[in-house]
Amino acid sequence: MTDSTTGQPDKAVLIDMYSKMSLIKQNDEHARKLLMSGRLPMIYYSPRGQEVIPSAVSVNLNQDDYICTIYRGTHDMLAKGVPLDALWAELAGRATGTCKGKGGPMHITHPESGCMITTGIVGSSMPIANGLALASQVKGDGKVTVAYFGDAASNIGAFHEALNMASVWKLPVVFVCQNNRFGEHTRFEKATAVGKVSDRAASYSMPGIHVDGNDPLAMHAAAKEAIDRARNGGGPTLIEAMTFRFYGHVFGDADGYMDKAEKEAAMAADPVPRYRQWLIDQGHASEADLGAIDAGHEVNIKSAIDKALDAPWPDVSELYKDVFINDLAAV
Amino acid sequence: MSKQITTLQAINEAMHHAMAADPTVMLFGEDVADPEEGGVNGASKGLSTKFGDLRVRSTPISEQAIIGAAIGAAMAGMRPVAEIMLMNFMTVAMDMITNHAAKLRFMSGGQTAVPLTIRCTTGAGFGTAGQHSDFLEAWFAHTAGLKVVTGASPAEVSGLLNSCIFDDDPCIFIENLPAYWQKGDAPTDPGARIPLGVARIARPGDDVTVITYGPQVAVAQAAAETMAAEGVGVQVIDLRTIVPWDRETVLNAVAKTGRAVVTHEAVKAFGVGAEISSVIHEELFSDLKAAVQRVGAPSCAVPYSNPLEKAFVPDADKVLAAIRKTLN
Repeated sequence: MTDSTTGQPDKAVLIDMYSKMSLIKQNDEHARKLLMSGRLPMIYYSPRGQEVIPSAVSVNLNQDDYICTIYRGTHDMLAKGVPLDALWAELAGRATGTCKGKGGPMHITHPESGCMITTGIVGSSMPIANGLALASQVKGDGKVTVAYFGDAASNIGAFHEALNMASVWKLPVVFVCQNNRFGEHTRFEKATAVGKVSDRAASYSMPGIHVDGNDPLAMHAAAKEAIDRARNGGGPTLIEAMTFRFYGHVFGDADGYMDKAEKEAAMAADPVPRYRQWLIDQGHASEADLGAIDAGHEVNIKSAIDKALDAPWPDVSELYKDVFINDLAAV
Repeated sequence: MSKQITTLQAINEAMHHAMAADPTVMLFGEDVADPEEGGVNGASKGLSTKFGDLRVRSTPISEQAIIGAAIGAAMAGMRPVAEIMLMNFMTVAMDMITNHAAKLRFMSGGQTAVPLTIRCTTGAGFGTAGQHSDFLEAWFAHTAGLKVVTGASPAEVSGLLNSCIFDDDPCIFIENLPAYWQKGDAPTDPGARIPLGVARIARPGDDVTVITYGPQVAVAQAAAETMAAEGVGVQVIDLRTIVPWDRETVLNAVAKTGRAVVTHEAVKAFGVGAEISSVIHEELFSDLKAAVQRVGAPSCAVPYSNPLEKAFVPDADKVLAAIRKTLN
C-alpha cells in the first residue's frame, strides 16, 4: 500500500483517492444544480471542499469496517462505497432508496458498505461508534470504526463522554474531526476554548493528530497511523483534519457571516483540482487517465439521478413498517 | 409453597441465565462489575466474575456514552443490557434513547436493528426526592420505536426481563426500587419468558376493571380486597407491557364490566392513564356505565418530606375513591 522509504501510498491508492474525491466533487455539483433547478427539493449540507478527508481515510479501511457520519456526510458515504443509485433514490425520498425513503439526506444508512448510521444530531456519531467498536472488541473481528464529526461537535458533552470511554476501554475507533472552521454560522474560535480540537485528545490520554485535511498525502498518513493503531489493539485516536466548507452550513445559506476574502482564498486552493494536477505533474497519471475517471463518475451520477427521479414513491403502508420488527396495525 | 426469592435475586438469576444462554448478551453500567460490588443494589453480583470483563463492564458515569455504546453494539449483532442506575438519569441520555435507539430501525428502512435493553429502577418511598424516584414511562411510551416494560413480582420481573433481552427491538425495562427486597414466588425456570404485549389478569372481578402496572398492582389489589368486603368484584389487570399495550385484553374486560379505573405512580397529567382511558372511551363509549377514572400522582416533583411523599404516591384509598366514583 505504501512505499516504505517515503511513506507515500502506491500508485493504485493515489488514483483511488483521486477517484473518490472526483466522485464526491461531481456528485455535489449535481446536487446543487438539481436544487437550483427546483427538480429535487431537499435539505442538503454540501461537503464541497472537504473531499480529501474521507477519501484518504477510506482507502485505509476495509469494506466491512464501520463508519458513523453526520448530516454533512455525502462525502463520507461515497468514499466508503455507498452506491450512487441507492443514495440518490434516498435523497429523492423514493422506495428504492437506501432507507426506502424513510431516512432521507440526513440519515443515509447502508450496512453493506459499512455506513452504519448518519445522524442529524451534532455529536451523536461518537457514542454510537464506540458501541460498534465495542462489539468488534468483544467478538475479536478485527474491524475498525471511524466516527466523523465537525469542529463544533467537540463542544458537546457526547464528544467528551465518548472519547473518555473509548480511551478507558481501548476501543478500536478513530475519531475524525473535520474542522471546516464553522459550527453552523459561528466561527470555530468564537465557540471553542482551545485552539486545536486535537489538543483535547490529551484529556483522554489518546494520541491527537492535527493535520491539513486538504493535503491528501498528509491526511492519508494520519489516517493510516490511526487506523493501524486501532486495528492492532492500540486504542483510539483523535484526528483533527483542517478543511473549509465552500457552500455554507445548509444549501441556501447566504454566507453573510463568512469573510469573503477567506472563502475566496479557500476556494482558489480547491484541493481536488490541485491534487489532480499533482498526480499528472508527478507522472502518476495522465490527463486522459483522470479524464476517464471523471467521465465515468459523470455518467454514473447522471444515471443515478435519472433513475431516482423516475423511481416509485414509498407506499403509505411504510408508516407502519420498521417501527418494530413486527409491523404495526394501521390506526 | 414454592421457593421465595426477592426481585433482586430474580433479576440476578435471569441475567445469569441469559448470559450463559447467549454469548452476545453483555451488561454494562455504573458499578455493575464485581469489583464495584455488582451494582449499587447488587443486581448484577457475580456476573463479571462468571462471564468476564469483556462482557460485563463498569462504566464511567456517562449515560450518553453508555446508551451510545449499547446502540452501536446492538447494531453490530450484540444483545447489550445497559443499566442506567435510576430512571431519572435516563434524561441525561435522551438524545441517544429517543433520537437514535428508538428510530434507527425505521429511519434505516429496516436495515439496522437495535436489540438493546435498558434496565433502570425508580419509585418513591425512600425519601430520595425529585431527581431520584420519578416514573417517566410516558416519555418513552410517547416515542415510537421503544418497548416499555415493567413487572409486578419477582417471577414477573424475571420472565419479562428475559423477553426484553431476547427481543429484537429496544426495550426500556423499569424496575421498582422498593420492590427489590420484597419476596415472591420464584419463576419455575430463570430462563422462562413472559411474552411482551400480553397483559395478566391479576385478580378476577365482574363489576369494575382496574388497569395498572408495576408497584400499583399491589395497591389495586388492596383496594380490590376492600371492595370485595362490600360485595363489589374488582378485576385487576397488570399490563406488564406499556408499549405495546394489550388493547384486546383491556377492551374485552371493560366491555364486560362497563367500569374502569387506570392507576399509576407517575404523574396523572398527560400520563399513560390518559391514553388508556381515551382508547376505552373511543372504543367502548356505549358500553360504559360510567366515565373512566384516572389515578396518578399530582403534578409536582416527588417530594422529600415523608408525609408529603406518602401523599404523593397513589394509595389504596385513592384507588378506592376512583372505583367508587365509577359505581355512583
